[in-house]
Amino acid sequence: MSGERLDGLSVRDVRVSFDGFTAVDGVSLEVPAGDIRFLIGPNGAGKTTLVDAITGLVRATGSVRFGDEELLGRPVHRISRLGIGRTFQTSTVFEELSVLQNLDIAAGARRSWATLARRRRGVPDEIAAALETIGLAERAADLAGTLAHGQKQWLEIGMLLVQDARLLLLDEPVAGMSHEERDATGALLETVSRDRTVVVIEHDMDFLRRFARSVTVLHAGRVLSEGTVAQVQADPRVQEVYLGHPVDAGSARTGLEA
Amino acid sequence: MTAVTPAPPSTAVRPAPAGAAPPGRPAGRSRLRTLAGFAFGAALLFAVAPLVLSDFRLALLAKYLCVAMVAVGIGIAWGRGGMLTLGQGVFFGLGGYAMAMHLKLADAGPGGMPDFMQLYGQLDELPLWWRPFASPWFALPATVLLPMAVAFGLGSLVFRRRVRGAYFAILSQALAAAMVILLIGQQGTTGGTNGLTDIKGFFGYDLDDPVNQRMVYFIIAGTLLALLALTRQLIHSRYGELLVAVRDGEERVRFLGYDPASVKLVAYVVAAGMAGLAGALFVPAVGIISPALIGIVPSIEFVIGVAVGGRATLLGPVLGAVAVAWARTALSERFPGTWTYLQGLLFVVVVAFLPGGLASLWALARRRDVAAQPLRRGRLSLGRRRAERTEVPAA
Repeated sequence: MSGERLDGLSVRDVRVSFDGFTAVDGVSLEVPAGDIRFLIGPNGAGKTTLVDAITGLVRATGSVRFGDEELLGRPVHRISRLGIGRTFQTSTVFEELSVLQNLDIAAGARRSWATLARRRRGVPDEIAAALETIGLAERAADLAGTLAHGQKQWLEIGMLLVQDARLLLLDEPVAGMSHEERDATGALLETVSRDRTVVVIEHDMDFLRRFARSVTVLHAGRVLSEGTVAQVQADPRVQEVYLGHPVDAGSARTGLEA
Repeated sequence: MTAVTPAPPSTAVRPAPAGAAPPGRPAGRSRLRTLAGFAFGAALLFAVAPLVLSDFRLALLAKYLCVAMVAVGIGIAWGRGGMLTLGQGVFFGLGGYAMAMHLKLADAGPGGMPDFMQLYGQLDELPLWWRPFASPWFALPATVLLPMAVAFGLGSLVFRRRVRGAYFAILSQALAAAMVILLIGQQGTTGGTNGLTDIKGFFGYDLDDPVNQRMVYFIIAGTLLALLALTRQLIHSRYGELLVAVRDGEERVRFLGYDPASVKLVAYVVAAGMAGLAGALFVPAVGIISPALIGIVPSIEFVIGVAVGGRATLLGPVLGAVAVAWARTALSERFPGTWTYLQGLLFVVVVAFLPGGLASLWALARRRDVAAQPLRRGRLSLGRRRAERTEVPAA
């Protein structure tokens, strides 16, 4: 679909503070083109805030480059048009519109006003392809509000595809999904990453072990550890954070070193 | 503005698969139904109403239809775009005053001054800003373009700063109050509380003549139908879908690369233009425009009609506006004084128990039919608020 060049993400010394509280405290990381990078860390580690900073939702200092473009300081919709797409923890499809309409809107940010003033006739190729990729071709005419939870998440990913996002930032894409849905989502990520760079925030360690190509562990706004799944699992600091932190019993139970 | 760059290369379109039509709207049948609907509406407005109604009632209907035009605009801005605009009186007034100024000047004749200016006696000659309105070539476009320009200026400031919800509603209402104060304060040049009254002619036709009144009614009815056709096109266009998306998830739309402010601005400006046109046609129909007709109370009454009819539908706002205006006349003839309370009660009941308006009753009944069939095509919209919204922390 997107036969364009593949770019990597480069984050340098990014800091985000809210009223004196530093949520992201000098994070630097390199995500090479075509990677599936998982961002993990206990609650409050700054994962979502980092993604917010990359996508322009919160103000940050430092530097975030995607390919040759500096992202920090641009408004949200401009960053989006550079090929950066994201999903949210809660699914945010347009429930009163059909699956097809959702995708059509996602595909249309570069449309002229003249095109907008007309009706959609038929299904554009890119949207038909995305419907196949996310497995919702049968549901194209249904209202997005009637989809199951997992299907909504796939629709969101489909929206990023037709949006021509070359960097996908997914915030907990498999939360609340069944095993089958997780497998399907993982397969979807692998398909998608062939010509895109993917960053996933995820708590599900089983999912991480199966689909991550590389992992960055954040803790208290800083990078704690980085590497392959095996390297990160073997890192004693990571084990300490996940097991030795009394407030994070929930994360510990997911069993990073299991 | 939202991308005026060339269309993406991949706009090749393949024929729609059978199942991919928008929910419950097979294209051919829908077009036929629409044509039938418009023909029915036209027959009702152009044939039945003039035959059945007395001249007096027909003149009242003309007035209601002007209110309905404002309602169509509110349906777009509020029903489809989520902008609760409580100040459409401003745009209605701008259109109305622009038209009334021209008609007053035409009544006074070349070089003459409107009667009220001579009455208050402070002016020796026509104020500068009145002069262009002597020309119909300026005044007529101004009735629509002036409100649109004001809406554009205001909307550009407000939507970019992400003012929305109740704050937007209050702001729009404050604007209506400000406009009334301005008009009353400038009595010498605006006619003050009385407004511009006693308009006699309409482009050379005597407005006291019932035949000419009937002509004004036909112009109004035709304009309303044209606005409905325009609105239908707008709702079903890609822009219309985008507008609903902005209403339901403004932040999400931003992350898709659109600027929601421009999307909302278009709907707001269109609604203002419709209100301006309505005000302009109201003047020959009723013969007066005054601050009392465009202030906070009438602005809210416009919205009540829309809410009662069903804000997110095409016909709901029109029917609701006409019904509420008609009820107001009928009931305040019989029980003067109680109408205001009834109207308030109506608004509360509709908002609390039937947020989709009366139009949703019809959808509800139809859903029951559809639900009986084995394969259901999605949930019909009842205008209900979505349970989940795009929750994005404010930066």
